[in-house]
Amino acid sequence: MRPARVEARGRLAAWTVILAVAAVPVIAAAASPLQAGRELLWVTGGMAGVVALSLLFVQPLLKAAAPALLPARSGTLWHRWAGIAIAVLVGLHIGALYLYSPDDITDALLLVAPTPFSLYGVISLWCLVLTVLLVATRRRLGLAKRWWRVLHSVLAVAIVSAGVIHAVLIEGAMEEFSKLAVCAAALATTTAGALEINLFGPLRRRRKLQSA
Amino acid sequence: MTGKTIFANRRLLLTGAVAAGAVGLLPRFLVSADAQSQPAGGSYKPTEAMAGGANNYEPNAPLVENLGTGFVVSGLVRKAGNGEPLRNVRVQIWAATERGGERVPSNRGSVMTDDQGRYRLETSPIVPQFGQPHIHIAYDDPGFATLFLRPVLNSRHDKTMNVDFVLAPASPNAPRPS
Repeated sequence: MRPARVEARGRLAAWTVILAVAAVPVIAAAASPLQAGRELLWVTGGMAGVVALSLLFVQPLLKAAAPALLPARSGTLWHRWAGIAIAVLVGLHIGALYLYSPDDITDALLLVAPTPFSLYGVISLWCLVLTVLLVATRRRLGLAKRWWRVLHSVLAVAIVSAGVIHAVLIEGAMEEFSKLAVCAAALATTTAGALEINLFGPLRRRRKLQSA
Repeated sequence: MTGKTIFANRRLLLTGAVAAGAVGLLPRFLVSADAQSQPAGGSYKPTEAMAGGANNYEPNAPLVENLGTGFVVSGLVRKAGNGEPLRNVRVQIWAATERGGERVPSNRGSVMTDDQGRYRLETSPIVPQFGQPHIHIAYDDPGFATLFLRPVLNSRHDKTMNVDFVLAPASPNAPRPS
């Protein structure tokens, strides 16, 4: 067992890196010269999407990196709140942009938009909607925990993959390097998180039981 | 065994996602903005409307000298069939610029084609709206069929764009856009 102080220092370093990767793209997008001419609804809708993208990177860590990064119990709590925040932000992203330019959002939702990234945004949206519905009804449906994990992981990978393609194809206020960094990071944490929750974690527990 | 299978699937999924993204990227580079080039000497076909072309359209944009400075959109308007240049037709243009979005009134205006059938309008620098730097161009008058275009700039740093198009004869029964 490592000394508690070394562990705390490692944790602090890890969280510093995580917060930097998550915060820099948001700050860079907010500081973009393109924001200057934009109306409030446009800025709001755009930034809500950027913050949601950053949260998608942090979200798997809250659950799958416990107890290394934070206590499992508070991790679950944070994961829940971050999930609610992502759903609300995506709603704000679409709602504000709809109010700003109804034609463009209607085209996107009906899959007739000329922009290729709209399709990926809509795929991501529907996987998110499905996730929210499952979260709300999984107990009533009597969904076994193991199957819930698998379903949630598959949907999460789909949300993040489609969301990342959506973000990468968009030419807008996000700065290119911080955008690519947070997108790669989100793909990495989501994939690693899904593997940890469904495979490595259960495998470790089983080995522990066998050796005990 | 199980571990291996799942890992391969995950990798496959990611590769698939990246490949899908690459496919999504393609149209942006393959479809040139002025895809209206015609075979020389052939008969001129009417330019096809572009998806999303009529978004944020408001009829009867006022005739303007310019919509700012820094970007020039120009082009040649022809008549379908013989390709005769059309003089004195109204071309309506709107776009998101450094000064605001497509719906800002000062980002919307009309110009008339000259004796050679050419139009030209200077605007403030174009910025991407909804993820693509693009311009909206409309012909919406009784003389010919209504046409809405939405050409995308090759780069958001471009300073000019040429958009030639060919108008079809008006069909008497065609519904007018509201």
